[in-house]
Amino acid sequence: MTEIVKHEPTTIYIKPSKGLAALNLRDLWVYRELVFFMVWRDVKVKYKQTLLGMAWAVIQPVMTMLVFTFLFGKVAKLPTDGIPYPVFSFTALLPWGLFTTALNQGSRSLVAHNNMVTKIYFPRLILPMASVFSGLVDFAIAFVILIGLMLYYQVTPAWNLLWTLPLLLLMALVTALGVALWLSAINVKYRDVNQALPFLTQFWLFATPVAYSASVISAKWQLVYSLNPMAGVVNGFRWALLGSGNGPDLSFWVSALISVVILVSGLFYFRSMEKTFADTI
Amino acid sequence: MTTAISVKNLGKQYRIGAAETKFRYNMLRDVIVDTVYAPVRLAKALVGKSERRSNNNLVWALKDVSFDLEEGKVLGIVGRNGAGKSTLLKILSRVTEPTVGTVAVRGRVGSLLEVGTGFHPELTGRENIYMNGAILGMKRAEIDSKFDEIVEFSEVTQFIDTPVKRYSSGMYLRLAFAVAAHLEPEILVVDEVLAVGDAEFQKKCLGKMGDVAQQGRTVLFVSHNMSAILRLTQEAIVLNKGQMIMRGPTQEAVDFYLSSGQSQAGERLWEADEIPAASAPFKPISLKVKDSRGKVVDTVRSTEPVTLEFEYELTSPITGLRVGFYLSTMRGEYVLTSFDTDTPHLFEQFDSRKAGRYISRAKIPADIFNEGRYSIGVNASSFGVRRYFMDENAIAFNVDISGAPGTQWPEMRVGPVRPRLDWKIEKLD
Repeated sequence: MTEIVKHEPTTIYIKPSKGLAALNLRDLWVYRELVFFMVWRDVKVKYKQTLLGMAWAVIQPVMTMLVFTFLFGKVAKLPTDGIPYPVFSFTALLPWGLFTTALNQGSRSLVAHNNMVTKIYFPRLILPMASVFSGLVDFAIAFVILIGLMLYYQVTPAWNLLWTLPLLLLMALVTALGVALWLSAINVKYRDVNQALPFLTQFWLFATPVAYSASVISAKWQLVYSLNPMAGVVNGFRWALLGSGNGPDLSFWVSALISVVILVSGLFYFRSMEKTFADTI
Repeated sequence: MTTAISVKNLGKQYRIGAAETKFRYNMLRDVIVDTVYAPVRLAKALVGKSERRSNNNLVWALKDVSFDLEEGKVLGIVGRNGAGKSTLLKILSRVTEPTVGTVAVRGRVGSLLEVGTGFHPELTGRENIYMNGAILGMKRAEIDSKFDEIVEFSEVTQFIDTPVKRYSSGMYLRLAFAVAAHLEPEILVVDEVLAVGDAEFQKKCLGKMGDVAQQGRTVLFVSHNMSAILRLTQEAIVLNKGQMIMRGPTQEAVDFYLSSGQSQAGERLWEADEIPAASAPFKPISLKVKDSRGKVVDTVRSTEPVTLEFEYELTSPITGLRVGFYLSTMRGEYVLTSFDTDTPHLFEQFDSRKAGRYISRAKIPADIFNEGRYSIGVNASSFGVRRYFMDENAIAFNVDISGAPGTQWPEMRVGPVRPRLDWKIEKLD
């Protein structure tokens, strides 16, 4: 018979929560291993029973890049600030791919795991968080291709990318998580989110300088344009990796601020709805 | 003794009818009207005004429940479908929040509300043990140290590196239960897990639960299986329509619970809130116990035949439906099980049943029961497909043995049956 570990158990008080619930980050810390396990599971399961396996992480952005290169680079001849179009678009497709996967998986995460939500206690924040993080593996794989492209086109990055790139990546994740927190919580009650997501993703792609350069936007609209945090991320990626455009300027900081606002408001909205998840899902 | 669980004035209110608004499209006209109305609905939802906000749709699934439970005790919870048992367990395991009241819980709560939650079919048994363990709140080191024990308990050692989608359903459940059973929380919440697996595995699970209780952990045990409740718990509470109507030694509580159908005197009517939504298209209406003259009775004579009448409605056709009874004693021992399509010609004739109202009537011949009180459970299912409805304790009735064989001696005869056997006595020289 196994010995019970004798430690003084803590007393938990269960009662109706009032107003804006505290973020309860302590519980999140206690369950930190679960985030790791969920990410690990998502990565393991994602390419199971596929012929090409992990190669899909490369095929998807590369195919999109080829289509973009043909349509926008060769046919439409969009200006790229003198950078070869394939590298120009692939640099943007990487954070964009990470963002859309994170946004879509994260927004569907609660409904997709409804049996966990209705059966077991754990901090619900873990579900969208894990979905957002699991996209990082695909991102890392596709990044290798980007390095290959940069070597081929002999683009030399600036050294400051060592610290700017992780920060830009964080900004993409913060934005995706923030939006996913809002949408996943709304999705619990209104499945309209499922229908709206593909449309939202497409719309957002047009509003982000992935296929085109941000420099085509006229100066007086730049600030409005930067209200889209992903515009800041994509511009930042091009600046850090290819040296195109300006470094962080006013519009970049507006983007960064907006992404933080989305995350914080998302956290509070999620927490305030959390108590009803098990009953309404 | 320290208190492990302290529940004070606990209540949980649910809004019903919300689900109906979503699926009310019967006609194209509804769809069109609904589409036109959509922007208004969106605007209302965004400002936080729900479409229907009348208080008529609110029900208390649990109301004014208070009790304390000392550390190391095993408490049984019994009650009919919809009595609030699951709601209580869900609040205690923090899946859902109470509407009013408080609970103080000392220590980690492990729940076996549904085993195998978070299992992924593509992952191997080994991977699922880690995944499921993490979901249940175990640390990785803790799973490492118990891994071999879990595998051994589950009896799937040779398939541990096979994806669980290749497992049989029995293996799947055994593995799932094994992980949950090794969680070792201070407080264990168990709901009907014993309904899984084969008889031998069930015995093993009951044994494991007994161990858990002996190790000084607190256990809350919900089951419809009265003999399991009697075996594993010393004390039980009875819930009825969300309220705690009794707490006492298990035998007394079980007797009280099983005889609570008595007031209905031989007839049980199902009210809307006692029928789970999942039982559609099957809708139970009533169950009657009738004597040989067709009168609804609470006490039957063992020397006369008894008729059980189960009336129900099908809101859409069902194929392969069988409707039947379990008969058991008040101690929870089963006496018999019988279904309306057991006989071959009825089995063929009622292969599929159209929508409508039905009565399934069973005549139990005379000279079957011994003296005492018996409980009838009903079951409506399609074999191997789905169980539509089950109520393990639909009604209870008494048996009077006057005139039965052997009544010339005023003694208790053991055993639930008292048949009139064909005795012959021969004198051998």
